[in-house]
Amino acid sequence: MKISISKIIIFSFVIFSLFIFWKGLKLDNNYDTKSLIGKRISNFQLIEIDNDSLYISEEDLKKNRHTLINFFASWCAPCRAEHKYLLNLSNKNKEIQIIGINFKDKKNNAMKFLEELGNPYNFVGKDPEGKISILFGIYGIPESILVDSNLTVIKKIVGPIDQIQFDQILQMVQ
Amino acid sequence: MKIKIFLFIIYTLIATSVYSSENQNKLLEVYKNLRCLVCQGQSIADSNSDFAATIKLVVQDQFNEGKTEDEIYKFLTSKYGEWIIYQPTFNKNNFLLWVLPYAVLIFGGFIIFLIIQKTKHNKVN
Repeated sequence: MKISISKIIIFSFVIFSLFIFWKGLKLDNNYDTKSLIGKRISNFQLIEIDNDSLYISEEDLKKNRHTLINFFASWCAPCRAEHKYLLNLSNKNKEIQIIGINFKDKKNNAMKFLEELGNPYNFVGKDPEGKISILFGIYGIPESILVDSNLTVIKKIVGPIDQIQFDQILQMVQ
Repeated sequence: MKIKIFLFIIYTLIATSVYSSENQNKLLEVYKNLRCLVCQGQSIADSNSDFAATIKLVVQDQFNEGKTEDEIYKFLTSKYGEWIIYQPTFNKNNFLLWVLPYAVLIFGGFIIFLIIQKTKHNKVN
């Protein structure tokens, strides 16, 4: 039986296309920032929300065993929902430092928000234009990043912290 | 003298406007190649979302600092992954995408060459 070259080429092309289709179907097209896990956060300086002469940089965070960096705003409803977990975390575990970054917010509104719900943060920085959030790979708030003393990201939470995330954070820092 | 000063001012104004429009075009090219992560199929250039506005500010800052297009893409890729760039870079996961069109072109050319040779051979016989 004689098989022509063109038939072999067409057959190989069909098999190849089906293989690419099959690979494509298995791909997860939902965007997430899991790729940030294992990377280091660097080159940032956070100015305190209430005092422009006070700031922290990466060297300050290196002193902590674990730091949770939380992006929040007074206008963000899910931030209110996660606030109780942040307060719990600051009360339960002294090993973890919590840094709040106030995202695209008015200072007065942010201060009222913290007065009303309580302040779980060891330091509250400001990010009025949102530029700092880009350094942390943030694309919406609330988002939180757990880093170790090398400032390597060990966990990233997109959306509000819930009971499951809270337990996971506690487990990771103990 | 007055005419010279007038011409100098006009020249400066035109030069500034040309320079700024060139920069705007370069920035627009970068925005067009960046994906808005919170939008449905829009680039940073097309989107008016909060995220797009922030990315535009950051790109503008880095551009003013003298960073090249590649350096800006590299920075954003390190924060958001390759997904943020429309034109992906060459790596082991997508090398077929880059290589296959050229391979098909060469292979196709080779096949056409073979067919022509065969036709010529048949005509001679």
